[in-house]
Amino acid sequence: MENQGCSCAPINEEDLYPKIEEIINQHRGNQNALIMVLHKAQNLFGYLPGRVQEMVSLGLGVPLSEVYGVATFYAFFSMVPKGRHEIKVCLGTACYVRGGQKIVEYLEKGLGVRVGDTTKDRRFSLNEVRCVGACSLAPAVLVNDDVYAQVDPAKVDEILVKYE
Amino acid sequence: MKSWRAQVLVCAGAGCVSSGCRKIRDAIVAGVENHGLKQEVKVIETGCIGSCNLGPLVLINPEGVLYQKLTPEDARDIVAEHLAGGKLVERLLYKDPLTGRPVARLEEIDFFKYQQKIVLRNCGLIDPMNIEEYVAREGYQALHKVLTSMTPEKVVDEIIDSGLRGRGGAGFSTGLKWKFARQAQGALKYVVCNADEGDPGAFMDRSVLEGDPHSVIEAMAIAGYTIGSSQGYVYIRAEYPLAIERLEWAIRQARERKYLGRNIFGTGFDFDVEIRIGAGAFVCGEETALLTSIEGRRGEPRPRPPFPAVKGLFGFPTLINNVETYANIPAIILKGAQWFASFGTEKSKGTKVFALAGSVINTGLVEVPMGTTLRDLVFKIGGGIMDKKQFKAAQTGGPSGGCIPAEHLDIPIDYESLTRIGAIVGSGGLIITDENTCIVDFARFFMDFTQSESCGKCPPCRIGTKRILEILIRITQGRGREDDIDRLVELCNNIKDTALCGLGQTAPNPVLTTIKYFRDEYLEHINDKHCRAGVCRRLKKQAAVKIS
Repeated sequence: MENQGCSCAPINEEDLYPKIEEIINQHRGNQNALIMVLHKAQNLFGYLPGRVQEMVSLGLGVPLSEVYGVATFYAFFSMVPKGRHEIKVCLGTACYVRGGQKIVEYLEKGLGVRVGDTTKDRRFSLNEVRCVGACSLAPAVLVNDDVYAQVDPAKVDEILVKYE
Repeated sequence: MKSWRAQVLVCAGAGCVSSGCRKIRDAIVAGVENHGLKQEVKVIETGCIGSCNLGPLVLINPEGVLYQKLTPEDARDIVAEHLAGGKLVERLLYKDPLTGRPVARLEEIDFFKYQQKIVLRNCGLIDPMNIEEYVAREGYQALHKVLTSMTPEKVVDEIIDSGLRGRGGAGFSTGLKWKFARQAQGALKYVVCNADEGDPGAFMDRSVLEGDPHSVIEAMAIAGYTIGSSQGYVYIRAEYPLAIERLEWAIRQARERKYLGRNIFGTGFDFDVEIRIGAGAFVCGEETALLTSIEGRRGEPRPRPPFPAVKGLFGFPTLINNVETYANIPAIILKGAQWFASFGTEKSKGTKVFALAGSVINTGLVEVPMGTTLRDLVFKIGGGIMDKKQFKAAQTGGPSGGCIPAEHLDIPIDYESLTRIGAIVGSGGLIITDENTCIVDFARFFMDFTQSESCGKCPPCRIGTKRILEILIRITQGRGREDDIDRLVELCNNIKDTALCGLGQTAPNPVLTTIKYFRDEYLEHINDKHCRAGVCRRLKKQAAVKIS
């Protein structure tokens, strides 16, 4: 998968539409490519705007209802714009046993948002994730694609200043 | 091949990457250059060496010396003192937790001593980004052997004779599965690898793909030849970017070296592999849901039969196995079914990889012969419980598995023994808990997980797990009712019998096993409004009346 990095909240969304058009063209008429194309769209826009879903529907020949169905079925896809950086607190079993929930509570308090929300300045989105496989180093927190291990509330502050 | 005086293996599994191993590698590479050792010492980034809690770590061969918990300064010392000076850097060695004495060689450390590596034979020993290193360790020789000297029937017989059973959790005979897929009629056939390792607390498959991706690619090609397929798919979780990157790289290298593609080894056999990336849905680990997801649709399971071997991906016969199952195949082909069957128990052959985590001292990736006792895993390999606490329960198989109490610590870990006590081997997640874990809240945690991951297609799972969760939440909030336990058991048994797929059928396991083995704790919550672990905040930590 190319472009794993966060490309959320671009200054001008309009510029991205020709790019997604290009991606759709590579898979035109191929219904099986739906998830793959949505992945690429999500990477590009940071979320899946309604207009993108309509374009994908027309391009791949999949009913819009099905595009929406797939986009809402999978946790990776989002319908709302996200922050510039996405914080994901792991709540897999090992992280749960070693206090992941406390990190969530600390972040909710510190950022003033609930899980699933984005801060007003669009700097951070806060989410939970079901195991990133760093169980030996629990509790783990991801910021974008960076994994931080054996995190405690004090360490959280140190981590977040790295992301503007 | 050039021979080196020393090789420095820097663990670059995802765990060590997050501990900062890249800086260690850079410091060692720079140090080697500064000391003029570039022609003598080779620095390699490997997959997971196993002991994730000791990271970042390096292994120096041929001596087999392990240095742990390193900083870039430590790395410079290792180069100056060990590689250039020929002396051990004692302060960076592993210390035996009992005696406090430093242990230099990896194979003398308890965590490694009791392991038997078949699946992980290359993990942590080779550079996963360099196909040459895989080839140097008999890589793609099993594929060559199969293509040039074995009929598909012979391959099937070999796998059946080995006794290998599916490592994804269900434990079905792999050889029989291959046989059915071979016998099935279809214009096309597919080989699929299930790398949607969704169980929270499990990272075996991730580590294999990160550390030895070619072993899976080679096995899939062998499977392709055996069942008569020329196209494979690996369905992998989006949560594993490093594994995806290394697998993509490995596939590209295998194509360049013509281990994939047309006319492999000049035998006329064509096979290629593509990656499909998941999008965050636990249910897609269920095989029929996974296939639906590869087709680009909502990952909802469908009833079986027809099994995928008869009617699978795009309606064609499909062989689907898990990562760890595939990783066993090249070793079985090269060393023979008898060799493989010499490990393990009567009905569970070979080894099993476990992701050991939770409240044990040594956490990480371990591979042991089937039939190893839980006690050996927790106390010999795991080094016992952290902070001198008491072992409370071992949880196997994630949200589909069960809790094993202290009274069953001596149980041999194999498919039959664990099923007998209500747990399962599962995919290999093994979480150890101590007295700080509230068992009722633990059950609630798993039910919360399965409930939110239920795809919603069948009512027993969609509604049943919701009702169970509501009761468990009520109990943890001090509003439990007298008949709640009976109600839970009845609900659980109904869901087990009637849910459509494995997710629903196994979802009640954590609740049923905790009720079976920790009924007292449920009763304390319900009757005395007391949580002995102090986790359920609306309940008292201390019992009003001492319970004997």
